[in-house]
Amino acid sequence: MTTAAPVLSDRVGLAPLGWLTLALTVLLAPHALNQPAWVVALALLSVGWRYMAARQGLRLPGRWLLALTALAATVGVVATHGTLLGRDAGVSLLLVMTGLKMLESRTPRDAMLTVFLGYFVVVTHFLYSQEIPVVLYLAAAMVLTTMALIRLNAVGPPPTLREHAGLAGLMLVQAIPVMVILFLLFPRLPGPLWGMPQDEPAARTGLSDSMSPGSISELLQSNAPALRATFPDGPPPAPLRYWRGPVFSAYDGRTWRPLPDFPYSPDPEPPLAPGTLTYSVMLEPHHNRWLLALDRPASVPAGARLNPDYVLSTRRPVHRLETYNLTSAPAAPLESELNPQRREQNLQLPGGAAPRARALAEAWLAETDAPSEVVQRALEFFNREPFRYTLSPPRLDRDPVDQFLFESRAGFCEHYAGSFVFLMRAAGIPARVVTGYQGGEWNRAGGYLLVRQSDAHAWAEVWLEGQGWVRVDPTAAVAPERIEQGIHAALSGDANVPAFLRRGEGLGMIMTLRFQWDYWRDVTAYYWNGWVLGFGPDRQREFLERLGLGHLDWRGVVGLMVGLLLAVAMVFGLAFLWRNRRPQRDPLARMYRRFARRMARVGIAPHPHEGPRDFAHRVARERPDLRDAVTRFTRTYEALRYGPDPDPDQFKALRLHLRELS
Amino acid sequence: MSLTPLTQASRNTTLQQILDQVGGVILGKPHPIRLALACLLARGHLLIEDQPGVGKTTLAHALAKSVGLQFQRIQFTSDLLPADILGVSVFEGAGKGFEFHPGPVFTQMLLADEINRAPPKSQSALLEAMEEQQVTVEGTTRPLPDPFFVIATQNPREQAGTFPLPESQLDRFLMRIRLGYPDAQAERALLQGRDRRDLIAELPAHLSPEALARLQDEVARLHISEALVDYLQRLIARTRDPHHYARGLSPRAALGLLAAARAWAALDGREHVIPEDIQAVLPSVTGHRLAPAEGTPGNPDQLTRELIEAVAIP
Repeated sequence: MTTAAPVLSDRVGLAPLGWLTLALTVLLAPHALNQPAWVVALALLSVGWRYMAARQGLRLPGRWLLALTALAATVGVVATHGTLLGRDAGVSLLLVMTGLKMLESRTPRDAMLTVFLGYFVVVTHFLYSQEIPVVLYLAAAMVLTTMALIRLNAVGPPPTLREHAGLAGLMLVQAIPVMVILFLLFPRLPGPLWGMPQDEPAARTGLSDSMSPGSISELLQSNAPALRATFPDGPPPAPLRYWRGPVFSAYDGRTWRPLPDFPYSPDPEPPLAPGTLTYSVMLEPHHNRWLLALDRPASVPAGARLNPDYVLSTRRPVHRLETYNLTSAPAAPLESELNPQRREQNLQLPGGAAPRARALAEAWLAETDAPSEVVQRALEFFNREPFRYTLSPPRLDRDPVDQFLFESRAGFCEHYAGSFVFLMRAAGIPARVVTGYQGGEWNRAGGYLLVRQSDAHAWAEVWLEGQGWVRVDPTAAVAPERIEQGIHAALSGDANVPAFLRRGEGLGMIMTLRFQWDYWRDVTAYYWNGWVLGFGPDRQREFLERLGLGHLDWRGVVGLMVGLLLAVAMVFGLAFLWRNRRPQRDPLARMYRRFARRMARVGIAPHPHEGPRDFAHRVARERPDLRDAVTRFTRTYEALRYGPDPDPDQFKALRLHLRELS
Repeated sequence: MSLTPLTQASRNTTLQQILDQVGGVILGKPHPIRLALACLLARGHLLIEDQPGVGKTTLAHALAKSVGLQFQRIQFTSDLLPADILGVSVFEGAGKGFEFHPGPVFTQMLLADEINRAPPKSQSALLEAMEEQQVTVEGTTRPLPDPFFVIATQNPREQAGTFPLPESQLDRFLMRIRLGYPDAQAERALLQGRDRRDLIAELPAHLSPEALARLQDEVARLHISEALVDYLQRLIARTRDPHHYARGLSPRAALGLLAAARAWAALDGREHVIPEDIQAVLPSVTGHRLAPAEGTPGNPDQLTRELIEAVAIP
């Protein structure tokens, strides 16, 4: 039992509860996208129940029922996630407990606690997405939560909506300097921003770690960005824009997979050849352990290594936006010596598959010995025969290679690359499939090359004596415009294609606007990624160096941060004092204050609420010796301050009277 | 008696004479008498809340006589009807039609005795007349005399069989004062003195209704300095802070406070108003209008004292 005199009333009013309910609903509901349905439902139900209880007099659950529900919810979280730790389980637990805390809120103190849990829920959304629309949504949710906080603490008549929202907005705006200082100077740790393991990257977008029919076509439907790259020396010409991703050498008749990785790194720095490209890449998270580089990488960013297939691989999956600087040497030879084991691996074919393809390859071999001649024959074959490029090829179910090469003859990069490699291996030439992205769109406003998921591509590499691995793109033999102008050019006339890939063919106004919109949205996303999300340890250092503070270690940075925060606090404090300052201008008021100080020195000072005449009477009673002087001063002061038509001469007299008193 | 415009000196003399004269009837109560006269000068109405028999009626009567106003009295009872106050049209027979018989409200000074014993309908008939200085009976609006001054008396609310005036009605009274018991010395003089009714009957009038109206006009023009308005605004602002008061002072109350302070200054013989004037009338003007904030205790005396002490004089 508490018996302290309540300053706030001991029950939460309906209006504050209403605001709290609104704020929590806005905060909890979007978690339905990444949390189990029961968690969000339970939390929302608890919040709604609390509100209805206040509004309609519904009964609130008793203490036992609450305790039991909390226990059951904890068990439920463990049952759903298998743990109480980690991002998803942690967020689940927070949501459930926020709902139950709301249900339990009776006093304003409880409700305040719920508001702060609400602010916590705001943060948890960033564990799932940090995109601009999410940030805007959460900013609005912050305003609502702050409005609930204000309403909980408000005394007196309810504010108008404008005042209420305005105050919340003002409070958040005032927090901006603190936010900027913390953002810029808080020590950055290498690694994911939130230091949380990604338990379950729900939707993987991007290249996959194997290639089977159809795996790339899904990507080709996606407008999402894969990476953005800036080139200090201008963008590379279109034929060089091959972004190297996973390389596949193992084939089981249907699916291409990479060779088992082993800890061998080729020399990462081949001699600098003319035509070396220097650039920096901002890679969207794809939750796999590789980085993309222009064919072929000639340097290795920190934290990555070059695997034997010349793929940049990372220790941890790329769960967040990754920024790295690279050089690539398009003309440098790659693995000029092929050891027997790797030769074997790159000749391997599943037994019995595709007899017609094998026969074709043997026929070429009978005509010529030179491997480069065989490659030429194969490309001519693709070019001469009626192959066509389409994103919706017929299903291949029996023997994909033979069926594609001799029957359907309709497909896209993965079909061409896969069957080409098959033909080469059948002809005894080591070959493999390389996946990645080809092309990209130069964004002039942002000054960067935007590579989308729809630029995903697969091509082939053959190993030729004396030249090493040589890139061969059989798709170019069928649809050269795919390589030179991008996928939309290759697909003109294919009805079954997403709208964004069909550009240039009689676009209506709306479509043009849409492309404009996409274009500018991507520019915004680029800067957001680069300057907000990508503001990691490197960018922070760069920023400090630009300020001439590069010499500071982390302690210095923390000191600077604390100092700036204190400065902000001081500015706000001074502003507060300035607003509540006493008016000093009035010379009469200043004179009376001097009089009051003088009187205080002789032991009898006027109270702030005591009128001059009352004070003079008091002096007359208590200090008869001062009576006359004080009465003279008071009479003159009163006439000047309260009388009609004050006489300026009297002001001089007042000064004289004051002097008499000292 | 003076019918010509008053000089300042004669005005002061007249007012002092009135105070002395009423003080000779109501013994030992100079402050309430001064407040009552200030209320009259400020063109406000007065509510006296006290026990029966402490001299409320005598005060009203003596005051009316001293300022030369026509006097009427209504005893409020639980069966009093609005027509008993305002008057009624009576059919005077063929040819004459209806004729209005004015009620007791048609007077210059009205004593509404024990106003809280009448039902709300009758109370509001009087209060509307007070506010508008006119009455509307059966569709005809009739002006009330000028000056028109109401002194209402009210038993403490705790007494049985009363209809307490709601806040909106209380707000119509410029001041609420208490008389209280006389001290021993005054009571002794009262007990040994002559009959009060005889005294009142002999009182001379020091003003006429016209002179009083002029005096009221003069009082309303007394000088108010910027500094004083600042002080008044600070006081008002504090009453509107919900941390301190549940119900603040209305602009009407602020105007009333200013008018009462002017009257107080006039009674003191000054041509300008000083903060002490506001402080002197503030308890009577605001005591019945302020309500303490939720959870803070306080009777009206405490509330008004707290208000005065909390606001610094600029």
